[in-house]
Amino acid sequence: MWTLQSCGSVLTLSINADLARPCTDLFGYVGIEAVLDQMRRKTIKAGLEFNIMVVGQSGLGKSTLVNTLFKSKVSRKSCTPNYEEKISKTVKLHSVSHVIEEKGVKMKLTVIDTPGFGDQINNDNCWEPIVKHVNEQYEKYLREELHINRKRRIPDSRVHCCIYFLPATGHRLRPIDVEFMKRLGKIVSIVPVIAKADTLTIEERQEFKEQIRQDLAANGIRVYPQKEYDEDPEERILNDRIRESIPFAVVGTDKEHQVNGNKVLGRKTKWGIIEVENVAHCEFANLRDLLIRSHLQDLKDVTHDIHYETYRVRRLNESNMNYSELGLSTWPLENKCESDSHL
Amino acid sequence: MRMICLSVQFLAQYKGVRPLSLAGHVGFDSLPDQLVNKSICQGFCFNILCIGETGIGKSTLMDTLFNTNFENFESSHFEPQVKLRAQTYDLHESNVRLRLTVVNTVGFGDQMNKQESYQPVVDYIDRQFESFLQEELKIKRSLHNYHDSRVHACLYFISPSGHSLKSLDLVTMKKLDSKVNIIPVIAKADTISKSELHKFKIKIMSELVSNGVQIYQFPLDDETVAKVNTAMNGHLPFAVVGSTEEVSVGNKMVKARQYPWGVVQVENESHCDFVKLREMLICINMEDLREQTHTHHYELYRRCKLEEMGFQDTDPECKPVSLQQTYEAKRQEFLVELQKREDEMRQMFVQRVKLKESELKEDERELQSRFEQLKRLHADEKSALEEKKRLLDEDQSSFGKRRAAAQLLQAQSLTANGKKDKDRKKALICGAYWISLFAILYS
Repeated sequence: MWTLQSCGSVLTLSINADLARPCTDLFGYVGIEAVLDQMRRKTIKAGLEFNIMVVGQSGLGKSTLVNTLFKSKVSRKSCTPNYEEKISKTVKLHSVSHVIEEKGVKMKLTVIDTPGFGDQINNDNCWEPIVKHVNEQYEKYLREELHINRKRRIPDSRVHCCIYFLPATGHRLRPIDVEFMKRLGKIVSIVPVIAKADTLTIEERQEFKEQIRQDLAANGIRVYPQKEYDEDPEERILNDRIRESIPFAVVGTDKEHQVNGNKVLGRKTKWGIIEVENVAHCEFANLRDLLIRSHLQDLKDVTHDIHYETYRVRRLNESNMNYSELGLSTWPLENKCESDSHL
Repeated sequence: MRMICLSVQFLAQYKGVRPLSLAGHVGFDSLPDQLVNKSICQGFCFNILCIGETGIGKSTLMDTLFNTNFENFESSHFEPQVKLRAQTYDLHESNVRLRLTVVNTVGFGDQMNKQESYQPVVDYIDRQFESFLQEELKIKRSLHNYHDSRVHACLYFISPSGHSLKSLDLVTMKKLDSKVNIIPVIAKADTISKSELHKFKIKIMSELVSNGVQIYQFPLDDETVAKVNTAMNGHLPFAVVGSTEEVSVGNKMVKARQYPWGVVQVENESHCDFVKLREMLICINMEDLREQTHTHHYELYRRCKLEEMGFQDTDPECKPVSLQQTYEAKRQEFLVELQKREDEMRQMFVQRVKLKESELKEDERELQSRFEQLKRLHADEKSALEEKKRLLDEDQSSFGKRRAAAQLLQAQSLTANGKKDKDRKKALICGAYWISLFAILYS
């Protein structure tokens, strides 16, 4: 709640790097900081949209992971015994939306699944439908933005995050992984994860991760969080720490078991219970914190400010659209005439 | 109960999407905090436009509102035209950085003829929208770094006559109500008594309503602030008093104006509405003012501007026209026009060249004829001189001959006639003697 009485305000004279403007002292409490509350209220009222894409071969636990992340049955598992559809010949994208709410914050979550990816014998160009889908969403948004009568809030169906599942081979990136991430890394934020990580020991896991990081660097693949988009030193430190531990090795489940008197999410095996949310067992908690608790807004911002803008620049250049050439004012045409008349 | 209502509203936007319940804490409720943290890093910006007559207390009110001392210049009353002066300041309170731009009108209401007084203000507001539109339509744009200079709130200062609005006020507010959020305030409210003030406020509001002026209404859709906002909407326009001087009242120093008959305390709610204004403008609705400017006023401007340029969403048969088609058509038009102008210019150039050429030819001919003339003159003179020279030569040669002959004669006569010479000499002397005698006798 905002407060109106003059609580001890901190007066600071900040030395502005932008010396052109004077930094003015405040002699007393004004109430500017109440704008933070106003923003909070606005966000809570407006809600948000988040679109997440999961890509990987079938059987890697994509749906389970998404369900674990959002603690609800967001995706239907495609490999249950009753599921009768054949594996599709091409990669088909399948998106499902839900509205979830937590403590007043509402989110429209869309999960885009990619059944059939990497499942064929010949996987050439299996990324094409995915690239097409991502670009289609950008195109839709761009069209809406270019309308004369714009909606108050443009529906955002752009893919904010793409989780790429790497099978826990323990060796290195496969050609399909490299090709996919190379192409998609340019247009969307990719978060690679090692799926079904309970088949790797801790040492194997470390080696595998190191190898993957080397492979990514060698191929020039940029995954989220990208180094170039760090805005200030604090963010850089935070993101460096994350970059040192990607890809996260995750295990997903929706079953609960009793461990030491507590109910925990875990996979029960003959040799023990793998606690999903235990950081010592797997890195699911790190992934969840990254995606949802700390970088959710950042993922959306990177998509909007960087990936979408890149698409827009490319698209407008393709169609040679340059509004200022038309003269939002007639300035360019008039100037040309004047200079030519001095003959 | 409240949560369910809100969800229904949210769901209504998305047809065919089912709600899902969560089995545990996921954590995206931290999103508002994430957003707030990002905004703190980026900073906020807010632009206020103050319109009012010279000396009505605009700068003082800004100083009082923001508890600081902005650089203020006292304006003269003799400005020929209304001008706007914009100044930007960086304010800092706890961890919030605010880039505040205060735009003041200079010379408003001072001219004899006030018909065009509103125009500079409207032009200024439009210019800010225009530069934002330009930035948005650029190919390579950086909107998240862009310093938003669009006017978010307009404080219109009504002078405390106690009767009604002036016609200048009505005209100006009518021109501005579709472009900016107008918040009317009654300035120098310490000159009106409480009962007069009440009547004055009612009169003002009814005049505004009857003239169809849309002033900014504090939003009622958010439940946390709806009650406060409704109450405040009823207090519009706020009667304010501004002061940066402090007077001791009781045992505290408060901002006030000291008169012989008493002290008007600025922050005392029973003395004036200053606290209400500050609360509404800054503490509760700053974000809403910015949002309204962006989603409502700016969109209106953009729509009008693009339609003016000929862009449409649908063509006459109501089929959606892509911007690209319209753009291509316009581009063709533009190129054709460009070509035409180029041709015109080329023709003009060719004509001019021809003209110049003929002029030069004319000059050349003239020059040639003069040259001929001079040449003839010169030739004439030359022949005249030659003639003279010839005569002179002739004279010379004849003189030479005579001299030679005379010398010869002299030589001859000297040798033959010495005596003749003596006689002649004697005769000459006698003659000279008689001449001189006559000269003396008759002088």
